[in-house]
Amino acid sequence: MTGRTNAILLLAAAGIVAAPLALRLPGEYAGADGQARETIEASGYTPWFEGLWSPPSGEVESLLFALQAALGAGVLGYVLGRRQGRKDHR
Amino acid sequence: MHIMEGFLPVGHAVAWTAVSAPFVVVGARRLRRRLAERPEARLTLGAVGAFAFVLSALKLPSVTGSCSHPTGVGLGAMAFGPGAMTVVGTVVLLFQALLLAHGGLTTLGANVFSMAVAGPWIAWGAWTLARRFGAAPAVAVFLGAFLGDLGTYLVTSAQLALAFPDPAAGVAGAFAKFAGIFALTQVPLAVAEGLVTVVVMNALTARGYLEARA
Repeated sequence: MTGRTNAILLLAAAGIVAAPLALRLPGEYAGADGQARETIEASGYTPWFEGLWSPPSGEVESLLFALQAALGAGVLGYVLGRRQGRKDHR
Repeated sequence: MHIMEGFLPVGHAVAWTAVSAPFVVVGARRLRRRLAERPEARLTLGAVGAFAFVLSALKLPSVTGSCSHPTGVGLGAMAFGPGAMTVVGTVVLLFQALLLAHGGLTTLGANVFSMAVAGPWIAWGAWTLARRFGAAPAVAVFLGAFLGDLGTYLVTSAQLALAFPDPAAGVAGAFAKFAGIFALTQVPLAVAEGLVTVVVMNALTARGYLEARA
C-alpha cells in the first residue's frame, strides 16, 4: 500500500465523521451512552450505586479525555517512528 | 457502549462480572507468558494498546445526530490476538470508570464483555474468515475492525435489553430500542474505524512489527 492510498483512506474516514456536521443534519449531538441512560431512567429505574469520583465540570472531563488520546497518540507515534528512523538511516 | 455506573440491576452486574473475569485472567496470563518469550512484542502491544486508547477517547458525531466513540480494539485483536485486547480493553475501561465517570465499577464486567471480549473476538473471527475466503488483506482488516466495533454496540444493546425488557414488547422490543440508539449511530463510525485501522495495520506491517505475531 502506498502513502497515497493511506492518505485517501484517512481523508475518507475524516469525511465520514465530518459529514453530519457539514450537512447540518438535525440533532443535539449528545452522547449515545447518555441517551441510553435517559431511556432507562424513563422506565422508572434508579441506579443503586454512584461513582466514587466524577469530574467536577465538562472542562475537567474533556481534559482527561484529551489526556487519554494524547497518551495513546504519543506511544503510537513513538513505536512507528522508532523503526521509521532506523529505516531512514540505512 | 459504556453502561453507566449503577445502571445494571445487581444480579446482572454480578453475572456479567462472573462471565468476563475468566477471559481477563486467562488473557493476562497468556499475555505475560508471551511477552516473556518474545520481549520484542512489547512494542507491538504498546502500539495496538495506544491505538485503542486514542480511538476510545474520541466521541464522534454521527448521521443520527448523536455522538459515540469507536473502540479501537479490532486492530490489536488482528495484530496480537483477541486475548491480549481483553487485557488492554479492561485497562481502558477501568481508566474511564475511575477517572472519567464513564462506565463504572459495577458495570465494568458488562462493559468488558462487550468492548474487550466480544469486540476483539468478532474482529478476529471476521478477519480470519475473510482471509480464508480469499479477501485481500486490507479488505479483511477493514471487515474485522468494522464488525468488531459494531458488534460491541450490539452486545451492549442486548445487555441492556436483557436488564430492561420493554413492558409491552419484551426483550426483543427493548433490544430494537437500544440498538436504535447505539447501533445506527455506530455504523458510519465503525466504517471510519475500519478505514483508519487499515492504515495503521499497513504502517505496522511496513515496519516489520507484525513478525512478532504468534
